[in-house]
Formats: sequence, structure tokens, C-alpha cells
Amino acid sequence: MSARDVVEVGARGAAGVGRALVRTVAGVRWYTATLLGDRDYARYVEHLARVHPGADPVSEREYWRVRHAEQDAHPGARCC
Amino acid sequence: MVAQSDIELVRTDPDLPPVGVVERGPTTPSRKVVLVVVAVVGAVAWSVLALVRGEHVNAVWFVFAAVCTYVIAYRFYARLVEAKIARPRDARATPAEQLDNAKDFMPTDRRVLYGHHFAAIAGAGPLVGPVLAAQMGYLPGTVWIIVGCVLGGAVQDYLVLALSVRRRGRSVGQMARDELGRVGGVAALIAVFVIMIILIAVLALVVVNALAQSPWGVFSLAMTIPIALFMGVYLRVLRPGRVSEVTLIGVGLLLLAIVAGGWVAETGWGQDWFTLSPVALAWWLAAYGFAASVLPVWLLLAPRDYLSTFMKVGTIVLLAVGILVARPEVQAPAVSQFALRGDGPVFAGALFPFLFITIACGALSGFHSLIASGTTPKMLQKESQAKLIGYGGMMMESFVAVMALVTAVVIDQHLYFAINAPAGATGGTAETAAAYVNGLGLSGTPITAGEIQQAAAAVGEESVVSRTGGAPTLALGMSQVLSSVLGGSGLAAFWYHFAIMFEALFILTTVDAGTRVARFMLSDSLGNLPGPARRFRDPSWRVGAWVCALVVVVLWGAILLMGVTDPLGGINTLFPLFGIANQLLAAVALTVVTVVVVKKRLYRWVWIPALPLVWDLAVTMTASYQKVFSAEPRIGYWAQHRAFQDARAAGEQSFGVAKTPAEMDAVIRNTAVQGTLSIVFAGLVLVVVAAALVVVVRSVRAGGMPTTEEPDEPSRLFAPSGMIPTAAEREVQAQWDARAGDRVGSGAGT
Repeated sequence: MSARDVVEVGARGAAGVGRALVRTVAGVRWYTATLLGDRDYARYVEHLARVHPGADPVSEREYWRVRHAEQDAHPGARCC
Repeated sequence: MVAQSDIELVRTDPDLPPVGVVERGPTTPSRKVVLVVVAVVGAVAWSVLALVRGEHVNAVWFVFAAVCTYVIAYRFYARLVEAKIARPRDARATPAEQLDNAKDFMPTDRRVLYGHHFAAIAGAGPLVGPVLAAQMGYLPGTVWIIVGCVLGGAVQDYLVLALSVRRRGRSVGQMARDELGRVGGVAALIAVFVIMIILIAVLALVVVNALAQSPWGVFSLAMTIPIALFMGVYLRVLRPGRVSEVTLIGVGLLLLAIVAGGWVAETGWGQDWFTLSPVALAWWLAAYGFAASVLPVWLLLAPRDYLSTFMKVGTIVLLAVGILVARPEVQAPAVSQFALRGDGPVFAGALFPFLFITIACGALSGFHSLIASGTTPKMLQKESQAKLIGYGGMMMESFVAVMALVTAVVIDQHLYFAINAPAGATGGTAETAAAYVNGLGLSGTPITAGEIQQAAAAVGEESVVSRTGGAPTLALGMSQVLSSVLGGSGLAAFWYHFAIMFEALFILTTVDAGTRVARFMLSDSLGNLPGPARRFRDPSWRVGAWVCALVVVVLWGAILLMGVTDPLGGINTLFPLFGIANQLLAAVALTVVTVVVVKKRLYRWVWIPALPLVWDLAVTMTASYQKVFSAEPRIGYWAQHRAFQDARAAGEQSFGVAKTPAEMDAVIRNTAVQGTLSIVFAGLVLVVVAAALVVVVRSVRAGGMPTTEEPDEPSRLFAPSGMIPTAAEREVQAQWDARAGDRVGSGAGT
């Protein structure tokens, strides 16, 4: 293997590691955001479009207002 | 590769791709090799833990023993439970799919739901119990946490979830009423309520014991309230829906609060303001619980929950990595003298049943049934995912408990007992505590008063003597593990308060959510009474909400105050009650599961839920019996009660650890309350079990009975069953993705 090949292989390896790192970071971000609820509103808009096409979705502010009001009325337990 | 004939594609609509994949093929050779390797490593790890004597075992073996056992159990036992009892059908729509409203009913990616479920079931329980159980040595606790999980706790969580998914996500209480009839159902509902009260009280007691006389800890925890309020307003007014953004800000502020706590505790005003007595802290907690349960959710509870979820997952990963990197050596014996004699200072009683009571969460926790039958089934995409969420989620909690046990057994054993023995035994000062623990006959070098003092100073505390409740011990162990990896001794105090803070944070989340749930249970029950009480049913009636919240807080607040002022040491007397209560709830849940299995005539497999049920009843009933009838004052509440009563009647001015007549009166009163609660708990569960037996006999005579399962609704949704999709599942997913075309996907294939 010539020196040039070695450099090329090294570069390709580094790019692979870089890609893997980017993917991991993206995965962690996707997971955290979905777990905490960042995507819930988008999910609601999509759900409404599918189930009641043409219906106007409420604003994101209003959506969370309603959700928290429902949580107020139906509390969920947290374990020990 | 798997042969096509071993794969069954489940279809509900000829125009749609399959909605499920059932794979029955034989295990591939490569997988077999992996399983064999896992089994061998697990066997080696267990041998090391069980057989090595005379030298220090490395903590890494705990991790190996646990993980390998989970893998094997998940692959074989969970599969058996799935095939014989749960019998998932992916052609059936789950409540989440059927009743999808993009709010509480919402099909959620299984990996995300796993996180949700885990965050909801795991709190301070699996961290505290194992620490206390470490007084019996590391082996009994480890065996119970791991075996109890795979044969008991995980089975309970999984089957309750599977049952609830077929019943639109109904709660355990409702299912008990539906399946066991009125009497069993009412007893189950009352049991859930009183058990909730004792759980909140004992968890609050853990916080009080961790924070009393610690201005650093009190300041940091107090700061979580304005942080949560800020997050709530941020989400409500400034940027609705940016949850992870505000959570990151919140976590940053939280870390700042921990650091700032150290500065504040150095100042004169900080010490004046934030050094609180246990009684004062108990009052503050009760006030907080009341406020949190009547304030709107968005302001305090929801943001707190975000913080708590994030911290839970993050800290546990941190601790696991810490243990693997630091590889600390175990200081505790495999089986201690107290396990054999049953006279340990942390909690009294013999190994059976009291070890199994002390470690509830992490092995078998009844409280999980409230989560597995509440929020989680309303988010499950496919029935076949219940194994991953229910069984798998519990394995993670069990793993947390193993790590908690590790942190307690890697610290010096003399120090462990100085922290965990009640003040009545240690005398409260470093000198008396050193004399006391050196007299216990522990192995290893005796400890000096200076060393105890040094241990406290290293983590920025005034004293660590008799800081019972488990949290300070865990924090000390965590700080030892983490500071050896990150930051050295300079960060020991930070890590200690970090650990205290996150435990207190979990507990406060449980306290406020629990108070709220109990408040609703109370108003629902009152609303069912005839007459003017009907009005309690209306959730928007503020007066009703306030009255119920007050009643709930007074109930747990009274038990908390009782524990805080108990001359015998509150944790010592109340923790067994907490464990018994939690395990009795498990008995209720497992009874419901067993009855359904009998009604469906799955007689050959009844042993799967009946095994943990019978074990659990044996443990809880023996423990309850001893707590009520034991003639030994150390164990029996009423024996203690009579001993103090007799001493008082004889006109004595002090007795045992009670130094004044007032303290003697306190013991007489407390033991009466604790003894009564023991009788009530056990009695309620016996009513539930008796009601179940009647139904079982009736069902067997009738040759099976209908259950309250909801009728089938065809599913029109696909998602993989396990954490990692199989080749066939990927193929089906590709068909769905192609069909969705340029429409927005479900997000499942990220």
C-alpha cells in the first residue's frame, strides 16, 4: 500500500466516523425531542389532516393549553 | 436468512400492506452463539458474586450478572409469557390507534414510549430500597433484585399492560371491579388509595432525612421550584411547544443551582435561611404538596416532569458508565451477620420476609401496575410491543436498583452503618457513632470519629451520622464513583449534592403527582356517594378540589410528621410499611391477572402469574403477621406499643431510646398508628384475594367465563415489535413508507 492509499483510507475512515457521529447526535436529538414532546403538535396537525381533512388546526399555543387542561382533569401517577 | 414460510404477514385490509409480522423461525446459528456466550458470561459473573470470599469482588460483576440474566430471561421467559398468556394480535387496533386524539391517546414510537414508561415507573424507590437492604450483604439483595424482576416484577408489568391494552387503557382499580366484582373492586380501590398515602409519606420522609440540617441541599431543591415556574411560563407564554429547548435551559439552571448551593451554604445568611430542622422541612413539604396539587399542571407539574424525565435517563446512564469505568471494589460481605441474625440497625427482622419487603421497586413493585394500566397503554402502537415496554421497561428499573446496591456496597461498611443506623443507636455525633459501629463486629478496619467527620466534610456537609433513608448513602457512593472518573476529590461535593438533588427531584415529582392522583380518587369516591357529596364529582368545583387536596395532604403529612419525630427513627419503623404496601398492591395486580387467565381457561399457564402472586402473598402476609403479632418489640408494632405503655404505666421517665415521657407517648401513639395501618393493608388485600378465589371457583365450575375485553377493531397501522426491527419488519416498513409516498411519515422509521 502506498502512502497515498494510506491517506485515502484514513480519510475515508475519518469520514465514516464523522458520519456515524453526526447520525448519533441526530438520533439523540430526535429521541430527546420526541420523548419530551416537541413533535406532539406536528403530530396533531398531521392527525387532524388525516382524520378530518380540511379542518383548521388550532394554534400550537392553544394545542398545549388544551392538553394541559386535560392533564389537569386526568392526572397520571408517577411511581416511586 | 429466515425461510419465508416461517414468517406470517398479518393483514386486515387487502389494499394495505401487512399490519404485523409474526416470525416463528428457528434461531439462527449466529444468534445461538451470542446467546450461549451471554449465558456463559452470566454464569461466570454469578459464580464470582456467589462464591468469592475473603477478597473484594469487583462491582463490574454485578453489571454482567444482571445484564446477562436480563438478556436470557427476555429471550426465553418473556417469550413464553407472550406466547402462552399475553398472546398479542397485531391485527387488533390498540386503544392508541383506535382512539387516537393526538393527545392522551397517541400511538408513540416504541423507543420513545420505552423512555416514557421507564421515566414513569422509576423514581427514588429503586434507589433507596437496595441501599437499605445492603445491611444484609450484597448477595441476597442482588439475587432478589434480578430474579424477582425476571420472574415477578417484569411479568406483572407486562401482563397488566397487556390486559389494559385490551380494555381501552382502563386502570387496575377499574379492572379489579370489572373482573372481581363489587366487593373485590371496592377493596382494591381503597387499598390503592391508602397505599398511595403511605408511599407519599415515606418518600417525603426520605427527602426530609436527606435535606435536614443541609443548607446546600435545601437551597438547591428550593431553587427547582422557581426553575419549574420559569419553564412553565416560558412554555405557556413565550415559546409553546419548545419542550426540549426549555428543558435544556432548566437543566442548566439546575446544575447552576447545585453549584450555587455550595456558595450559599458558606454564607451566614444562607446558613440562617436554609438550615431547616426535620420538622420544619416536613411542614414545607406538606405545604408544597398542597400547592402543587391545586395549581394548574402547566405551571409546576408539567415542567417538573420534563426536568425529572431528562435527569432520570441522563443520571442513570452517567452512573452506569461511572461504574464501568471506575470499577470500584465491593466493601460489604456477601451475606452479613445481620442477614443471619435479623437484628440489623437499618431495619429489623429476618432475611425472610424483610429483605423482600425492603427492596420492592426494582424487583416487584405494585405501583407499576398503575402506570402499566394508565398512561402507557394509551400510547402503545401495537400489541406485540407490550413485551418490550412492560417486561423490558422493568428490566431497566431492576438494573437501576442493581446500580444503587453497588453504590451502597462500595463505600466503607463502618461508614455505611454510621450513616444508616438511627440516631437513637449512633448518638448523633461522630464520636458516639464511631464507638457504636466499631462495636458492631464488622469486618475491616475500625473507623475513627475523625474519618466520619472527614467523609462529611469531603462532600460539604456538617455531619453524615444517622442520615437515614438511603438517599445520603447513595449520594455518597455515587460521589465516590463519579469523582473517581470525573473531577477527582474536588468535585466530590458537587456530585454528592447532584445525587441528593436528583433523588429529591424524583421524590417531589412523585409527591405532587401522587397527591393530585389521590385527590382525584377521593373526589371521585365522594362523588359516588348519594346526597350533596355528589358535587365532588365536578372537577371544576374549586372548593371540592381544595377540600380533597387538603384531606390527602393532612393524611400523608401526619404520617410524615410522625416519622420525622419518631424516637425510634422514622425510616426504621416506616420503611417496612412502605414496602409491604407496595408489595400488597402487586398482590392486587397479580390477582387480577391470575383471575383473567383462569377465566380464559389457560389453566396450564396459570402458574406464570400465580408464582409471583403466591410468593408475594407469602412475603407480605408473613411480614404483616410479624409486624402485628410478633412478641419482639424490635419487630412487632404492638409489642413495642405494649412495652412502652407498660413502662409509662409503671411511672418510668425514660425507656429504651425514648428519653422523656413525651417521647414515650410518641412511641405509644406511632406504634398504634403503624400497627393499625398494617392490619388495614393486609385485611384489604385478603378481601381482594378472597373475592378473586370466589370468581376463580365459579369460573372453573362454569368452564370459563367471559372477561371484559373490548371487541376487536382491525388495525391499519404497522410498527416493529422489538427495539431493533427484523429484516422482515424492515421490508414491511418499506412498503408502508412507499405507500405514504411524499406524505409525512409516522416518524417511526427515523
